[in-house]
Amino acid sequence: MSIQEQDSAGAPARASLLNDPKARGLFYQATLIIALVAFGWFIVSNTVENLERQNIASGFGFLQNTAGFGIIQALVDYTETSSYGQAILVGFFNTLLVAVIGIFLATIIGFVVGIARLSNNWVISRLAYCYVELIRNVPLLLQIFFWYFAVLRAVPGKRDKWSFLFDTFHLNIAGLRGPQPIFEEGSGIIGWALVLAIVLAFAVARWSRKRQEATGQQFPVFLTGLGLIIGLPLIAYLIAGMPMHFNYPEFVETGPMLRRGFTLGSGFNLIPEFLALTLALSIYTAAFIAEIVRAGIQAVSHGQSEAAHALGLRNGPTLRLVIIPQAMRVIIPPLTSQYLNLTKNSSLAVAIAFPDLVSVGGTVLNQTGQAIEIIGIWMFVYLTLSLLTSAFMNWYNQRMALVER
Amino acid sequence: MANADIFQIRTEEAPKLAAPISTSGVIGWMRQNLFSSIGNTVLTVIGILIAYSLIMPFIQFAIIDAVWTGDDRTACLAVEGAGHAGACWAYVIDYLPQFIYGRYPTEEIYRVNIVYALFVLLLVPLLMPSAPYKGINALLFLVVFPIISYFLLTGLEFGDTVVLPIVETARWGGLLVTLVIAVTGIVASLPLGIALALGRRSNMPIIKMVSVIFIEFWRGVPLITVLFMSSVMLPLFLPEGVTFDKLLRVLIGVTLFSAAYMAEVVRGGLQAIPKGQYEGAMALGLRFWQMMGLIILPQALKLVIPGIVNTFIGLFKDTTLVLIVGMFDLLGQIQSSFSDPNWSTPTQGHTGYLFAAIVFFIFCFGMSRYSIFMENKLHTGHKR
Repeated sequence: MSIQEQDSAGAPARASLLNDPKARGLFYQATLIIALVAFGWFIVSNTVENLERQNIASGFGFLQNTAGFGIIQALVDYTETSSYGQAILVGFFNTLLVAVIGIFLATIIGFVVGIARLSNNWVISRLAYCYVELIRNVPLLLQIFFWYFAVLRAVPGKRDKWSFLFDTFHLNIAGLRGPQPIFEEGSGIIGWALVLAIVLAFAVARWSRKRQEATGQQFPVFLTGLGLIIGLPLIAYLIAGMPMHFNYPEFVETGPMLRRGFTLGSGFNLIPEFLALTLALSIYTAAFIAEIVRAGIQAVSHGQSEAAHALGLRNGPTLRLVIIPQAMRVIIPPLTSQYLNLTKNSSLAVAIAFPDLVSVGGTVLNQTGQAIEIIGIWMFVYLTLSLLTSAFMNWYNQRMALVER
Repeated sequence: MANADIFQIRTEEAPKLAAPISTSGVIGWMRQNLFSSIGNTVLTVIGILIAYSLIMPFIQFAIIDAVWTGDDRTACLAVEGAGHAGACWAYVIDYLPQFIYGRYPTEEIYRVNIVYALFVLLLVPLLMPSAPYKGINALLFLVVFPIISYFLLTGLEFGDTVVLPIVETARWGGLLVTLVIAVTGIVASLPLGIALALGRRSNMPIIKMVSVIFIEFWRGVPLITVLFMSSVMLPLFLPEGVTFDKLLRVLIGVTLFSAAYMAEVVRGGLQAIPKGQYEGAMALGLRFWQMMGLIILPQALKLVIPGIVNTFIGLFKDTTLVLIVGMFDLLGQIQSSFSDPNWSTPTQGHTGYLFAAIVFFIFCFGMSRYSIFMENKLHTGHKR
């Protein structure tokens, strides 16, 4: 005490400014800012100079210019006379399409394989193990090449086909062809019936949960929901007088050789680039998801399932009510990053010329030389997608997280 | 006396009976693991069918029908004419030097071999936990080896005196480029990643913010766009007349990219260190860098060795992407060899991809096994 009083009474024993953590902190941060600003100024001034010398006008004005190249798969209207902006939009939608379908397939395959790895059956668990190790340890680009060049190039040529699933789907070098549903007038009612069915299914689930909490009586929610979602649109379809038919692919097998093959516009066609990319992406990501699922399920302690069995729950409810909800907490965070990885990896499309954002952007870049703008668009789009996905998954994760005191 | 008739006392051990045949040995194991129920039996049969239908064609293609020797495509085509299409390994054997060294001048290939040998000689003891002199070894591998290999691979010339003729990086290719990118990427990204991880956990708001933005930016964009950026945009950033080698540009992009991932791995390790360690170090009067260098980082880095290896595996696989910006890594070299009419057969592509897959698998699987081995070794204290 006395020492302190002495100190405060006399001249304060201040440490030198050099040793004051606050002053040092300010100094370091100021240095960093100055260094960053200087570096940024160096880059910007160089870039401006370089662009001037190369006569490239910076800015996004070029997006209005006519693109003049075709795109093999476009979800929105696009012709060769459309603008660069529209071309990039087409690429963006293709990226989204691949990402959504890839995530969907990868989740299904990943969960199946992950659960198979934990199977008591030795053959099944070994098979799942081999799948995971083989797929995880081979580069994704190699797998895309394999599917595109080795598998989808080895199928029959344009004038021939392989048919499967009772002759409804056909595969040849032009891609996968199948029946396309055509909705006629009055088919809107089917869509509305589907929406109504989904709303009803949710209502039933809510009601049955309330009733079970109050009275303990159970209700077959899943079967009712399934019945509603399949049944209502079916009834609507019949009532409206079946306003839908399928546009089956037409295949000309006779006549002059050049006329043989699929008639243009009959059925839907998935181009081989899309097939190869989606297959490779979902198979590759599924191997990682399988490991996440396995780790998540193993993270739930054995006592949980034993306690559930002791309470008299059977295997199904144990899994559904006890194991999976707890495993999901462990699974979701790494699953998010896998979804993000898949979205980012879809940019490998450029290697097989599937027109995704990077591929189309690359074409535009080559034609216009607007490197900074194009790369800026790429980075902006992928960063936005990443941030949106992680924001959504964080929200979901918070809902699933353990509520602690 | 009468009691003696009732009690029976056994004076010697009963003979040991073998366990019932249905619960032990191969049959018991099969009963338990393969045929415990009807559903299980069905699964087993389906599983065996799937395995058979995948493995048999593979063995047929890669071994039974394969062609091992030959000088050009006729060797592989002849067998194909007989109705079998097998792997054309003769093509891979013919192209092997290109796959390993790229178009490196033949008379200079010994330099690449020295680098490969040094790499193995320094890496193996570094990976063996029981090998001594870890500090010197790490110093040699992380500092001396890169400098030596830089001069060995690119060449050394003082004015007119040629010690080692210069080999342009455009002539590098195959496994050489793959390894150069992967190893440089990981060695250079480690210090940068540690700095970023420390920055992210710093109390200074601006340093923290800069680190977070840097990390999240690189983690949010695909590597392809980073590679495009380093090959197209980087020249724009530099003053007139200053140009970088293409390989160097790619290396810069890869390093920045993997540094962000490395930073997150290291941050995980830093967070796992109990607060008492920081407080203890501070109570001893250690300064920040002393605290980090002597107390925190040795523990944190040891914890994240598996994570670092995993990052390395990811980077190793991602090196294949450089073929998109026109460099020839292993996959790029194989891809470009397909245009050779001398070896053009219908199975050439399959063989090439299979070879690439085997090489990558051996590297990556080996590394992941090593990471599991280290994990088990390091976690002995925490396991129950």
